[in-house]
Amino acid sequence: MKIQVQRVSKSFTADGRRTPALVDIDLDVADRELICLLGPSGCGKSTLLNIVAGFLEPTSGTILVDGRPVTGPGADRGVVFQEYVLFPWLTVQGNVEFGLTLKGVPADERRRIARRYLELVGLVQHAQKFPVQLSGGMKQRVAIARALANAPSIILMDEPFGALDAQTREILQEELGRIQRVEHKTILFVTHSIREAVYLADRVVVMTSAPGRIKQIFAIKLPETRDRFAPEFTQYESEITRVVKEEVAKVHE
Amino acid sequence: MARGSVLLSVPEMMEWGLRGPAVPRRRALRLRVLSIVLFLGAWSLAAGIVQAAGLFNPIFLPGPWLVLGKVLAMAVQGELWAHVGATLGRVAIGFSTGAALALLLGLPAGHVRAVRNLVEPVVELLRPIPPLAVLPLFIVWIGIGESAKAGFITYATFFPMFLTTVHAVRQIDPLLIRAAQSLGARPRQLFFRVILPAALPEILTGLRLGVALSFFVIVISEFIAAEQGLGFLINDGRSFFLVPQMLGAAVLLGVLGYAGNALVRLVERRVARWQQAV
Amino acid sequence: MTRGLAILATLALWAGISYGNRAVEWMLPALLPTPGEVVRVFLDSVRDGSLVTSVTTSLVRVAEGFGLAAAAALALGVLVGVSTPVRLLVEPIIEFVRPIPPLAFLPMFLVWFGLGEASKVAFIGYTTFFPMFVAVAASVLRVDPMLLRAAASLGATRVDLIRRVILPAALPGIIVALRLGFGLALFVIVGAEFMGADAGLGHLIMEGRTFFNPAQIVMGALVLGLLGSAANALLVAAERSLFRWREARATS
Repeated sequence: MKIQVQRVSKSFTADGRRTPALVDIDLDVADRELICLLGPSGCGKSTLLNIVAGFLEPTSGTILVDGRPVTGPGADRGVVFQEYVLFPWLTVQGNVEFGLTLKGVPADERRRIARRYLELVGLVQHAQKFPVQLSGGMKQRVAIARALANAPSIILMDEPFGALDAQTREILQEELGRIQRVEHKTILFVTHSIREAVYLADRVVVMTSAPGRIKQIFAIKLPETRDRFAPEFTQYESEITRVVKEEVAKVHE
Repeated sequence: MARGSVLLSVPEMMEWGLRGPAVPRRRALRLRVLSIVLFLGAWSLAAGIVQAAGLFNPIFLPGPWLVLGKVLAMAVQGELWAHVGATLGRVAIGFSTGAALALLLGLPAGHVRAVRNLVEPVVELLRPIPPLAVLPLFIVWIGIGESAKAGFITYATFFPMFLTTVHAVRQIDPLLIRAAQSLGARPRQLFFRVILPAALPEILTGLRLGVALSFFVIVISEFIAAEQGLGFLINDGRSFFLVPQMLGAAVLLGVLGYAGNALVRLVERRVARWQQAV
Repeated sequence: MTRGLAILATLALWAGISYGNRAVEWMLPALLPTPGEVVRVFLDSVRDGSLVTSVTTSLVRVAEGFGLAAAAALALGVLVGVSTPVRLLVEPIIEFVRPIPPLAFLPMFLVWFGLGEASKVAFIGYTTFFPMFVAVAASVLRVDPMLLRAAASLGATRVDLIRRVILPAALPGIIVALRLGFGLALFVIVGAEFMGADAGLGHLIMEGRTFFNPAQIVMGALVLGLLGSAANALLVAAERSLFRWREARATS
């Protein structure tokens, strides 16, 4: 197992009141697997991702990556954020090279690697631009290239396409599918879009509304290249929709 | 994950950013008190060491108790109040004149382009000149009396207050003005019911700046030409090496400035409640 | 364009009033110097070298005091950003000392450091330190925690975070703080040189008062204004070229 989430719980304290956000999460993620965490907003799916990333400490339980417990963020787990979070003072190329610079990789080697990943996301001709000059979709491509260039075995994506318009979103989903067929990373992908989850995932983990628990796990047995209009695709979509709706309904009660 | 160390650890930065974990109110209060106590303690210790070891003449570094004692003695004898009163009077007259001018010129200048074009160049020309550089001119012109000191405060505080007033009016959302006009507001109503309330919060910020600046510059005009006032006390103390008197007057100026600031803040909170409401 | 015209008009207004006053003697002509007199005083003081000496003396004092304060403000400002206990300890002391108008301490500095250069340098340093420190600390504390997370997930250590994220992210705010401090230094150097100095622009201005020469006061004030504007323009230009990444939007 690549990632093992073992009895992880997390509660937040505000004004002396403890609110549980995650309760007893157990999840094993296989090497090269793409898992989508799906659930209504506030279900703690991002919290779980942040715990795996090492940004938050679980209240109880442990996360193992390659059998070793997570104690903080590290270069073995790349993160792609919804708000892109590029370093605004660095060019596109500088952003992609950032992790390599930290490792002390020599400049021409860095440039070579950065070029490779900028080609992969189709941004070579924008290498010298600053993030403010890019559209949202381009920024997110840079963020993906930045994560990949650092050669992590795991990539954690926190609603990465959530801030993009519908067309850009679908294009980037397709690109991520294509990249995954080349790079073979272990990916934990948080989303609240059922279509997105069915399109990308090997398994979809549906979570309950707050406090977050795992409600049900769906293995998506569809070919690698997926057709959003195939009957099997729609079948998964409606099945998962039914389960998610129960949770959304709970929130509104 | 190490907790409670002096430097924020990486996991702490991840979880809370650079502000660190929220500190419980009681612990924060304890730290504040501790901080002031440490400050006064270090000061006392330094003064004590100077006195005991005879490093240099101890009159140069009196302990906090001597400063407090001097202020209390002057208060009891009554001479302190005349000085405080003189300074406060000058600040009050000078500042309120400056504020009135800044509003009278700034509001129309912010609203009417022609007025702005007329007034702004003069302001732009004079503003880069540090007000203190013009102080001797005031003394040469008006003499060393009260009006020179109040006038100088007016001059020094006018510019920043004028500029914030102009900015306050200019940054009002034009849609707000259009909305009011479409509801039938006449120019007069537009000014008093829309422009003034919308600009008020920033204007008050400008006034707060003006109060601070008043205390900032009153000191030096009282150094140069005055027989009364806290600035006079400080400079008078210098001639006779009365360091406790100098420090005491300086701290009092700080207290007055702080109180002035708090006063405007109080008004701000009253008037601009709509701004903070979540 | 209109701005330039308006400034010319302002100067013309001054000329009109001052020359007019000379003709009708509404107030003592010496009190209201004409542009011609100011220019004459300016040329005289350039010729005998006193203006250059005054300007360099003042600028050296400003540079030394401001430089020391800037270094201290930067170091402590960043430290406060990465250490919560230090921040909580330092904040109340700053709040305690800051409302005291710095000029109120000027005579203290003369008593402590004597009438020489040290007192002026120390005073400028003291005055400019507090606002610069407060501004630097604020811009460090404003650094987006998400940037820290992004860097840490790429393998950044604490030192990397300070050097490669916190400093560059806070730099625009730091430059603004320095500009603020430099303006303040020019503001108070005059006051410091009024009191017990034998050189410098403030001294030059005070001399104008002592020898009843208002033209010299006006000249000194104008030179200070020019210096301030020039320094500000220089720093703003530096900011522009340094922070292309903030306003490069238009070229995309």
